[in-house]
Amino acid sequence: MTILDVKDLSVDFVTETGTLQALRKVNLAVPANRIVGVVGESGCGKSTLINTVLGLLAENGAVTSGEILFEGQSDLVHLDANGMRALRGQKIATVFQDPMGALNPVLSVGRQMRDIQYRSALSRKEKDARSIEMLRKVRIPDPERRLAQFPHEFSGGMKQRIAIAMALLMQPSLLIADEPTTALDATLEVAIIELLKDLQQQIGCSVLFISHHLGVIAELCDDMIVMYAGEVVEHGSTRDIFHNARHPYTKKLLACDPARLSRREPQLPTIPGTLPDLRDRPKGCIFQARCEFTDEACAEMPPDIPVGGAHVTRCWHAGKTTGARA
Amino acid sequence: MTTEPLLAVSNLRVRFRIGGVISALAGRLTEIEAVAGVGFTLERGQTLALVGESGSGKTTLARAVNGLQPAASGSIRFEGRELGNFSNAGWKSLRRKISMMFQDPVGSLSPRLSVRSLLAEPFAIHGLSGRSLNAEVERLLALVGLPRDFADRYPHQLSGGQARRVGVARAVALDPVLIIADEPTAGLDVSIQGEVLNLLNSLRDRMGLSMLIITHNLHVVRQIADRMAVMYLGRFVEEGETEAIFQAPRHPYTAALLSANPEPDPDKVHNRIALPADVPSLLDRPSGCEFHTRCPFAQDICAGQVPASSALGTSRLTCHFPLDAGTRAVKTIATT
Amino acid sequence: MSDQALVNQPPRRRFAAIGPIFRRIVREPLGAFGLILVVIVVFSALFADVIASYPPTKLSPAERFAPASFQHLLGTDHLGRDLFSRVLHGGRIALAIALGATGLSLAGGILLGLIAGYGPRWLDNLLLLLFDAIKSFPTVMLALALVTLTGPSLLAVLAVVVLVNVPGYARIIRTQTLVLKSAEHVMAARSMGAGTARILAVHILPNVIGPILILASMDIPVVVAIEAGLSFLGLGVRPPLPSWGAILNDGFVNIRDSYWIVVAGGVPIILTTLGFTFLGETLRDVFDPRLKRRQ
Repeated sequence: MTILDVKDLSVDFVTETGTLQALRKVNLAVPANRIVGVVGESGCGKSTLINTVLGLLAENGAVTSGEILFEGQSDLVHLDANGMRALRGQKIATVFQDPMGALNPVLSVGRQMRDIQYRSALSRKEKDARSIEMLRKVRIPDPERRLAQFPHEFSGGMKQRIAIAMALLMQPSLLIADEPTTALDATLEVAIIELLKDLQQQIGCSVLFISHHLGVIAELCDDMIVMYAGEVVEHGSTRDIFHNARHPYTKKLLACDPARLSRREPQLPTIPGTLPDLRDRPKGCIFQARCEFTDEACAEMPPDIPVGGAHVTRCWHAGKTTGARA
Repeated sequence: MTTEPLLAVSNLRVRFRIGGVISALAGRLTEIEAVAGVGFTLERGQTLALVGESGSGKTTLARAVNGLQPAASGSIRFEGRELGNFSNAGWKSLRRKISMMFQDPVGSLSPRLSVRSLLAEPFAIHGLSGRSLNAEVERLLALVGLPRDFADRYPHQLSGGQARRVGVARAVALDPVLIIADEPTAGLDVSIQGEVLNLLNSLRDRMGLSMLIITHNLHVVRQIADRMAVMYLGRFVEEGETEAIFQAPRHPYTAALLSANPEPDPDKVHNRIALPADVPSLLDRPSGCEFHTRCPFAQDICAGQVPASSALGTSRLTCHFPLDAGTRAVKTIATT
Repeated sequence: MSDQALVNQPPRRRFAAIGPIFRRIVREPLGAFGLILVVIVVFSALFADVIASYPPTKLSPAERFAPASFQHLLGTDHLGRDLFSRVLHGGRIALAIALGATGLSLAGGILLGLIAGYGPRWLDNLLLLLFDAIKSFPTVMLALALVTLTGPSLLAVLAVVVLVNVPGYARIIRTQTLVLKSAEHVMAARSMGAGTARILAVHILPNVIGPILILASMDIPVVVAIEAGLSFLGLGVRPPLPSWGAILNDGFVNIRDSYWIVVAGGVPIILTTLGFTFLGETLRDVFDPRLKRRQ
């Protein structure tokens, strides 16, 4: 089953200087029991995508087309505030970059974890037992004692693990993780990735994992989605994309990662040019201004072209781009 | 030119007071040592990178070198002169020679000043009105590859990469000899990160700059630094040539940091050195080798005896049981 | 996050944005209403001499307690003075005190706040103690004490208002300065060799002054009320100078027979207070929309 199915989603923001199309015809699917990574640079629309799925779009934003199917039925675009609230935290859980966003500094961790279970009929003792169980799963040492402690008594890495424990407490079917490791040191980052992998197996939920860190995506995710300037330019299995990227942007992005270089380079690869102005989107392909394959065909917006299995790319020249890496 | 290195730091200590009068009266420790006896030298034209987890004292060390953070003891010599002996006027001229770049590309630019004012500020501070300010602003914009009309923008209208370029331009405005850069690529996208590193590398080559780079991103270190120093709880645990350390880290902590780097290859099999538990508190430093609480190779002696600093190949390190140079760290662990 | 920054990016430089700000104030019904009231009050105070046909202090015992008529638009008081003229001239005094006192309080608050926030710790503690001492003193008691010493006068009112307002402004500036003191752009300026004066004037002041200006605009009606209150009690502006508070007091004695005197004194106070409050609140919402949403 597909847990989250975003079809043809477009989102506009009305600003003082004109209407800005933040997402254009975005298609993506998060299958059951899979970890799907979303990569893209600043301004690619990752945050808008998450906010739209969570129904937390800013006041000046509006969905202009498309639908978001959750567990194959409810269309999140048209769900009312109450329906959305019932899903958030229960069926769709989130973890953000800053764990303090999820933690209330003046309440003990135990109290907060109990509060999340407000819908459950369990007794207070049973709820605490579940909290302890969950804290143990995220490898917080001595969870019985730490339940009474306050967020500031935990280190940064521990706070993020508690935030994850809280997100997974209600056994959601979808976990949205927005750059959860970005603020952490590499050693902690690795630990969180491994933790997420384990927990996802145990709980059997799907994960939508947003990151700008290609290494993290490669290590954690089954499938991945590459976004550029509000469009999904390529999606497929992580292995397909890392080994056989077909969209010129994906290729360039992968080439830029200094982690790929095993020695010092006099000149590091970059992507010349800048993001297009989203208030005045180019008519055709979104990447045409920065692409070396651009020709007349690119003046028209390319469809999503399958290039083998579930691997899809939004590029007229997907046939030419195969083979050697950029 | 003197034979003296550009920058020579020895046995530097920086302390912070924590808690108030009450905890002092109660006889509790009221000071932490964020930098605890660090020494290194930086030659002209050389780049040294400081790496380590957050809280390891990298930033404090950098700020102490720049005089923004008073040192408790130890010596910092710049161009052969002790910083502590500088008069106020001396400091001001020193500020021209050492410039600093801060972590947050946008946040380190004063929000109500235009790019033009930001770029003109170093000249205004140092009273260099002889040069034409407008010409200088245009020269700097061109130097960092920004279009001329950016002079009229404000920091909130810049992207992270553009703001970082403005920061670089400010840092090189007065032809410094040393740039201290705190996380110069933090928060930047990978493609922009490459641009900034290329810019720094080319400026260094053209202007003969020395650089002290603070970062937790090891890939950045490899692309920009000649030498690197790994910090743990305010001390250097390993220092040496970057490439040599990447090839064969000798300190287990260095090896763990290197192995903790996720790589963009889904099929890569990771043999990680898992570091247990969190970093110890500076208020309660472990005995002996301070890394022994997390070290996978720790033995009895490590908890009891402080390892001496020793030279090994091109590196210096403090460890009782350095990893073998020939074998990759990961393999060593497999056989342990 | 980053996407949001893209969306929220204001189009032009901040200081050139007076036109759009004006438009946004006028778009809000309360803002437009407040602006109209304020313009009327300021206009009538400025041109009081031209608009009013009688001098405010001219006695004409023959016309005592005259109700509103074409000769005397708002009637006359117990001394036969034209109330319309007194109200306009009273507005002049009310505004002069409100603007003067607020301006002086701002200047004092900013200066002391910067010193407390950026200066040495002991000075900060000393100033805070001083602010608290003043704050803990009831305004009326303070005014009574001062007036007992100097006698009622315009200057005394001014001094009381400034004294009472400075600690509030200074505290806000101090807190923000403390935050900015360790901000990266201030560290960057320090690392370049910038002196204290430059850091305060260029890197701190422009970033802390916005909220306090909005606060000050909302304090103007409070000052108007304080002036009226003190004058009502006979502690403020000395007769025969016209003041809304004094008019209220005159009318209060004769409220049974001549209600219009109280009306003439009271309505301008209400309208001025409302006008400045609405304008201030709209300004705040325009500059800092986050505050609006939270309320």
